[in-house]
Amino acid sequence: MPDKITRRSILKGGVAGSIASLLFRPKSSKAHQIKAYQNSMGVLVDLTRCVGCRSCEAACNAEQNMPEPAKPFTDMSVFDEGAHGHKRRTDETTLTVVNKYDVPGLDHPLFRKIQCNHCQEPACLTSCFVAAYTKTPEGAVIYNADVCVGCRTCMIACPFYIPTFKYSSAFDPKIVKCIFCYDTRLKYGQPPACVEACPQEALTFGKRKDLLKIGRRRIVDNKDKYEDHIYGEFEAGGTSWLYLSSVPFEKVGFDMTLPHQPILDSVKNFLGMVPMVLTIWPALFTGFHLLATRKEPHAKDENTTKQEVGE
Amino acid sequence: MKLFTSRDQQLPVTGSTKKDGTLWSLKERLFLGLSFDGYKQQMLRNPVNWFLFAILVVGLPLLLQRYGFGLGSVTHGSNDYPWGLVLGFGLFAMVPLSASGFLLGTTVCLFGRKDFHPIERLALLNGLLGYFFAVIYLEVDLGMPWRLPYPMVVSFGTGAVLFLVAWHVATYLSVQIAEVLPALFEWLDKPEWTYYIKRVTLGLTVAGIILSTLHQGALGALFTYAPAKIHPLWISTEFQWIHFLCSAIFAGLAMVIVSSTLIIKFLHWRCGKAFRENLDYMTIGLAKGASYAMITYLVIKLVAIAHDRNWEYLLTGWGLYYLLEIGIAVVLPMIMFAKGARDGWVGLIRVGAFITVIGIVWNRLNTSLVCFNWQMYQEIPHWKEVWLTVTLYAFYFITYRFIVYRLPIVFDWKESEK
Repeated sequence: MPDKITRRSILKGGVAGSIASLLFRPKSSKAHQIKAYQNSMGVLVDLTRCVGCRSCEAACNAEQNMPEPAKPFTDMSVFDEGAHGHKRRTDETTLTVVNKYDVPGLDHPLFRKIQCNHCQEPACLTSCFVAAYTKTPEGAVIYNADVCVGCRTCMIACPFYIPTFKYSSAFDPKIVKCIFCYDTRLKYGQPPACVEACPQEALTFGKRKDLLKIGRRRIVDNKDKYEDHIYGEFEAGGTSWLYLSSVPFEKVGFDMTLPHQPILDSVKNFLGMVPMVLTIWPALFTGFHLLATRKEPHAKDENTTKQEVGE
Repeated sequence: MKLFTSRDQQLPVTGSTKKDGTLWSLKERLFLGLSFDGYKQQMLRNPVNWFLFAILVVGLPLLLQRYGFGLGSVTHGSNDYPWGLVLGFGLFAMVPLSASGFLLGTTVCLFGRKDFHPIERLALLNGLLGYFFAVIYLEVDLGMPWRLPYPMVVSFGTGAVLFLVAWHVATYLSVQIAEVLPALFEWLDKPEWTYYIKRVTLGLTVAGIILSTLHQGALGALFTYAPAKIHPLWISTEFQWIHFLCSAIFAGLAMVIVSSTLIIKFLHWRCGKAFRENLDYMTIGLAKGASYAMITYLVIKLVAIAHDRNWEYLLTGWGLYYLLEIGIAVVLPMIMFAKGARDGWVGLIRVGAFITVIGIVWNRLNTSLVCFNWQMYQEIPHWKEVWLTVTLYAFYFITYRFIVYRLPIVFDWKESEK
């Protein structure tokens, strides 16, 4: 290290640093740590306890004043329904759905409840160009229909295929999704309706960080029973709703290919480039114009030439 | 416009004054110097108009149905495929095909290549209309079309890619209107109004480059919100924006070649001397530019596969489909452009341009529909959605033709002597 910082040493350091940063890129497999809202609430879903009674669906329907479904919530034939060879999903009249999975080698089916997972860093929120979504300190991802334009980017962005659109309405369409019963319950510290309705204690409401501990303890205490993974701890940057399963998660419909970083991370490559273009392009292209379009040959001005040589 | 082909080189309304020195009235300018009946006759004689009429007869009621009964009444209303054909074609394909405006603006104004001047206005108009109709398509697809200005005035989601697209498309639309206005001012006999626009042309051009770089890229970046939903060969979170930007360059150039080909072939009576005589030369120049953009695009595509380590996907069915797309939509026209530019085969270039334009539409539809949810099921658009898309394109065609018929886009306006 030279004792004096010269232009040369700065340049050398800068170039070496840039090359090093290009060659030795940090391993990006580590999960993204989201520090905001440490005390936010969540729900731990234990698939081993769910019996597919659909009480949660019924409770949700009543709590959110949704229209009565074609088949009553006691009708279990709906498990075989579902369009395009896929399981049932949320739609404009259903915020949560229980699906049945027959896992080979298992003598009983498994049931999995889906609803909004209330991500730590929600893709729907970060992709919304009118900021219609809010992640509340309590953990809920809520939606403001008053500013929504109906572009449906949130539905593209949601890695869990949760937000749905009220396509049937011409004059009052909106995004429909689970809001963690925020308005009626969560705001007042109460668990959502589905959790309260569950007769099997398959759903546990609590602080997300406590739920992770409970989940890990269940895994440790029952090594043969559970997969050694809590779905939602890291997926898409972490979710408020967490899942425990007795079989590999992909066998009960979970997407195990999801990145462990928030969805926003894959967009950041582009977003980081925007200010550069905005600041560099004007000078760069005006410069090109000046370079490309000198019309007259240089006037023979001896003084200028001498000065340029002298520089 | 069959009527005019019989008259030898007799161009209708090419300047402010008639032969006897009196000014054309606005009505005469609109009817191209024909009487109302004469105009109607030539309209009815053109089979293209009957074809357009057939599209609109079914399409207009569908448009009413969409606004009266909601998107669900004309589409599958899919929650798995929130963006259907209307957006996949109307926004994601129309915008790259309209990159022509900023490309030719840059060529002529910024780099001073006056030899491309005769086609510059056509490129600007092509750009303006493409963007304008992309917004029209958007207005059909948005759930609440009446809230289109919300991201500008009501609520700001500044961190979202679509926010950038909205602002940039809106700004760029204004820039393009300013760039095309001189043609309208000349037609209206108010050439002095162009003074202020001419003074800021360079500024407008540079603004065009910035905005185009960003929103062409942003359309690609929109798909990086769905990194796990699109087939890895069509999504590269690192390079998606540059894939879209780079392909927009040859898409825009090819679209100008296609548009000018149609105009010189079917609207020969409308073309001015400079346009007619230089078109072959300019077509070759555009093809050269397009082939450079294409080889660059191919290399970045390759880089993306290498970077994301997607080699093994190339051996699957999806990989073959990918190679088919690259082969037909990029490599083939690239060779046609290069060969045509080298040997001066303008015909070959023109066929290549048609392939390129269709190829870009194919690529954008692959990204937004075919390879979206590739592990799920394939969404086949509802026939009404297909018809709506075609109907809007018919409107685009009609507007395009209406303007090229009248404004001095491919000919020079002879101003009245004062």
